[in-house]
Amino acid sequence: MSPVLTMNPFGFPILSTVIFLPLVGVFFILFLRDERKIKGVAFVAGLLTFLVSLVLFFSFDSGTPLFQFGERLDWIPAYHISYVLGVDGISIMLIVLTAMISPLCVLCSWKAIATRVKEFMVCILLMEMAMIGVFCSLDFILFYVFWEAMLIPMYLLIAVWGGPQKDYASLKFFIYTLFGSVFLLVAIIALYLANGTFSIPEAMFKAYGFQFQCWVFLAFAIAFAIKVPMFPFHTWLPAAHTEAPTAGSVLLASILLKMGTYGFMRFCLPIVPQASFYFTPMMVVLSIVAIIYGGFVCLGQTDMKKLIAYSSVAHMGFVTLGIFTFTVYGFMGAMLQMLNHGVTTGALFLMVGIIYERTHSREIYDNAGLGKLMPAYVGFLCLFTFSAFAFPGTNSFVGELYVLIGAFAKSKTTGFFAVVGVVVAAAYMLRLLKQIVWGRDDERDLKDLNIREWVYLLPLAVFVLWVGLFPRPFIRIMENTLMHLQMQLNRVSQ
Amino acid sequence: MTLLPELYMLLFSVFFLFLSLGKKKMSVFATAKILALTGFAVTLVCSGARGELFYWAYRVDFFSQVFKVLLSAGFTLMIFMFEKEDEVENLTEYFMFLGFSTLGLMILVSSVELISIVVSLEISSFSLYAVVPLRKAQTVKQLEAAMKYLFFGAISTGIMLYGMGYLYGMAHSTYLADVMTKLPQFLTNPLGVLAIILALTAFFFKLSLFPFHFWAPDIYEGASDATTTFIATIPKIAAAALLIRLAMLASVEPVPLATVIVVLAAFSMTLGNLVGLVQKDMKRLLAYSGIAHAGYLLMGLLSFNREGNAAIIYYIAVYLFMNLACFYVVMLISRRGENVSVNDLSGLSRRSPLLALTLAVAAFSLAGIPPTGGFTGKFFLFVSAFEAGYLAIVIIAAVNTVLSIFYYLNLVRVSYSRESEDPQPLHLAFHEKALCYIFNLLILFLGLLPFGLLDLFRRAV
Repeated sequence: MSPVLTMNPFGFPILSTVIFLPLVGVFFILFLRDERKIKGVAFVAGLLTFLVSLVLFFSFDSGTPLFQFGERLDWIPAYHISYVLGVDGISIMLIVLTAMISPLCVLCSWKAIATRVKEFMVCILLMEMAMIGVFCSLDFILFYVFWEAMLIPMYLLIAVWGGPQKDYASLKFFIYTLFGSVFLLVAIIALYLANGTFSIPEAMFKAYGFQFQCWVFLAFAIAFAIKVPMFPFHTWLPAAHTEAPTAGSVLLASILLKMGTYGFMRFCLPIVPQASFYFTPMMVVLSIVAIIYGGFVCLGQTDMKKLIAYSSVAHMGFVTLGIFTFTVYGFMGAMLQMLNHGVTTGALFLMVGIIYERTHSREIYDNAGLGKLMPAYVGFLCLFTFSAFAFPGTNSFVGELYVLIGAFAKSKTTGFFAVVGVVVAAAYMLRLLKQIVWGRDDERDLKDLNIREWVYLLPLAVFVLWVGLFPRPFIRIMENTLMHLQMQLNRVSQ
Repeated sequence: MTLLPELYMLLFSVFFLFLSLGKKKMSVFATAKILALTGFAVTLVCSGARGELFYWAYRVDFFSQVFKVLLSAGFTLMIFMFEKEDEVENLTEYFMFLGFSTLGLMILVSSVELISIVVSLEISSFSLYAVVPLRKAQTVKQLEAAMKYLFFGAISTGIMLYGMGYLYGMAHSTYLADVMTKLPQFLTNPLGVLAIILALTAFFFKLSLFPFHFWAPDIYEGASDATTTFIATIPKIAAAALLIRLAMLASVEPVPLATVIVVLAAFSMTLGNLVGLVQKDMKRLLAYSGIAHAGYLLMGLLSFNREGNAAIIYYIAVYLFMNLACFYVVMLISRRGENVSVNDLSGLSRRSPLLALTLAVAAFSLAGIPPTGGFTGKFFLFVSAFEAGYLAIVIIAAVNTVLSIFYYLNLVRVSYSRESEDPQPLHLAFHEKALCYIFNLLILFLGLLPFGLLDLFRRAV
C-alpha cells in the first residue's frame, strides 16, 4: 500500500459499500413491478447510501491530508490497473453531497415522472453509483470508467424523460462531454507511460518535463472545462438543464458540474503544477468572463430554468477562480462554493420543478405573483435565491468571501471584476424573486407545498443556514488537505 | 486430435451436403444448432492441441486454437441467431456453405505457408460468393451484391498472389517464417515494402480496410441479414489472425510498414466514421462502422509486441460480440427479412425494451464508452500504439471516437426518444431473450473483467 493511502479502519470495505449500495437497489428494482414499491426501494437505497456516507463523514480524520479508508485490489494486472479507493478532504464532502442529493431526486420525481418509472429509478441509482465512484477512485482507469459510465444514464434521463427539445439537448450534452473525455483518456495514457502505473497518488508531484506538463494540462483542462462548464464550452449546459426532468437538472447542477472543478483540484494542480501556474492567467480570465457573462445573460432570461442554468455558469466561475488563486483561502472558497452551489442550485431547480408541476410552465411571467398563493413555497424560494446571490448569513456568502479574499490577495483587478459579478448576481436573482412573489395580482387555485416537498426542501434549507452561520465544521474537514496541497504547490513553484 | 476442429467442420458441411440431396424430413435449424454447439465444444476441448503438420506448412499452436475457438463461437452464435425459414433459398446448402467458409478460416489461422494461406482463403471466399445471392426478399440487390463481392474478392486475391510472387522471388521460400526473417532486406527495398502490402491486400479486403472497403456497404445491404452477419464478423477474425501471425514473426520493427499502417488506419477510421454519419440503412451503417473498426484494429499492429497483439485479439473478440448483438437486433426487427432502416428503430424501447437495451449496449460498446467491452478493447489498443510512439494515430482515433458517437448515439436516440407510428409490441421468444441477455452480459463482462481473457491472449501471442 502506498504511503499516501491509509487503510480502512472498518471491518468491511466502506467505500465500496457507499459506491455499490445503489447498485443493490437497482438489483431489487429489476424484480419489482409495482411503481410505488420501485420508488420506495430507490428511496431507501439512496437513504441507506446517505447514512453510510454520514458514517464516513463522522469517522473521517480531518487531522491528516492523506487518503483515508483505502481499499486496493488488482484489477487488470497486465496494465497495472487496480481498484483503488480512498477519500481525502477534497472528496469527502462531495461524496456526502452526492449521497444527500440522490434520494431527494427520487422524492422530487415521485409524481413528476409518470412513464417508465422503473427505468427512471434505475438511471438515478446508476448515476449515484457512478458519481460516488468518480469521487472515490484513486486509479485513473477506474476514475475514467466511472466518469464515462455516468454519461449513459444521464443521457437517457434527458433523452427519454426530457422536454420538447430533448433530442437536441441530450445529443449536445453527450457529444460535448465525450469530446473532452477522449482527450482525458489520451492524457491518462501519457501519464501511464511516464509513470508505469495508473495510480493517481503516485502520479502527483513528479518532476515531469514542462512541455509534457503543458500538453497534459491542456488535455485535462478541456475535459474538465467542458464539464464545469467554463466559458466558451458552456453552451451545452442551458440546453441540457432546460430539457432535463427536474431530477436530471438537479443531478447535473449539484454533482456533475462539480466533477470538472474536482478534476482541476485532484488532477491539474497536483499532477501538473508548473503547467497550472503557467496557464493561470488564461484560467483566471475565463473564470472572470464566466462570472460576468453568465450574470448578464441571466438578466435577460424569461425561463426560470434557463436563468438558473446560466447562473450556474457564473457560480462555477467563482469556483475555478478560487482554485486558480493558489491560496488556501481560494481553495477553501472553491470547495465551499462547490458544496454551496450543489445545494443552492439543486434546491432552485427543485423549486422550479415544484411550480412546474402546478402550472406546467417555466416562464417567469406565468408563475408571477405567488406571494399570497403559496407562502411556504415563496419562503423557501426567498431563502435559496438569497443564498444564490451570497447574502450574508447564507452559505454562499462564506464561500464567495473566501474566494474573494483569495482573489484580492492574488490581484486587485481580479478581485474587482469578481465583485462586479456578485452585484450582477444580486440583480438577476432579486429580479426573479420579485417577479415570482409580487409580479402580478390574480386569483389562481394553486396548492402550497405538500409534505413530500417539505421533506426534500428542509434538509437543503438547514444546510444553507448551517454553513452560512457556522461553517467551521465544514472548513475543518478540508483544511488540512488543502493546506497540504498548497504547501506542496509552493514547494514546486520555488 | 490436432485436426479435430477442422475435421469436425468438414463433417458438418458434408452432413448438410448429403442432407440437401435427400428429402427434407428433419428440422434443419435444430440440427444445425446442435451440430454447431457440438463443434464449439469440440474446438474448446482441442484448444490444448499442439503440432506441426504437412511439412511445417500447418501449425497448430495455442494462438491458432484461440482463434479457432473464437471462430467457432462466432459461427455457433450466428447459427443460433439465424432462424428465418423464408430468408434464404436452399437452406441446407446455405448451412453447408457457411460450414465450408468457417472451415477455410479455421485452416487459415493455422497456415504458415503462402500456398496454404491462399488455398484456405479461397475455400472460405468461394463459399461466401455462393452464399450472398441466396437471399429471397429482393431480386436485384443481392445479385448486384454477389457480383460485386465476387469481382472485388477475385481482384484482391489476384493482387495478393501478385505480391506473394514478389515475396517468393525475394525470399526463395513460401514459408512465412523464412519470408519474415528476410524482412530487413525487404524493408530497405521499396519493392519489398510494396510486395508485403500487396500480399496483405486480400486480408485488408476481408477486414474492409481503406482502400479495400468499397464492397462492404453494398454487400451488407444486398445480402440477407444472416449472410451479412457472417461476412461482417467471422472472416474478419481470421484476417486479424493472419496479420497478428505476421507481426509475431517479424524479426525487426518494420518502420516503413508501420507508416503505411498508420496511414491506412487513419484513413479507414476517418472515412468509415464520416460516411457512417449519413447512413440511413442499418446494415450500411454497420458496414461503415466496420470500416472504421478495421482502422482501430490496425493500431494494435503498430507496436509489434506481445501487448499490441494481445490487444488486437481482445478487440476482435469484443468486436465479434458487439457486432453480433447489433445484427441480432436488426434480424429480430425485420421479421420478414427485409432491410431495416434507422427510422424503423423508432419506438423500439416501447415495442421491446430488451431489444432497445441490447442495441444501446452494443452501440455504446461500438462507440467505446465504458463500462462496455468496446472501451476496454479500444483502451488496450490506444495504450499499445501510444507506447510504440505513435501519438498522432491515438489522437486521430480519439477524435474519431467522438465522430462515431453521432451515429451510434443516433441509434439509441431513435429507439429511445422517438415514438413509432405503429407501436406494435415485438414479442421475443424465450431463447431470443436469452441470447439478448447473453450478448449484454458478454459485452459488460469483457468491459469490466478483462483480466482472465487478456492473460489468455497474451499467452497465445
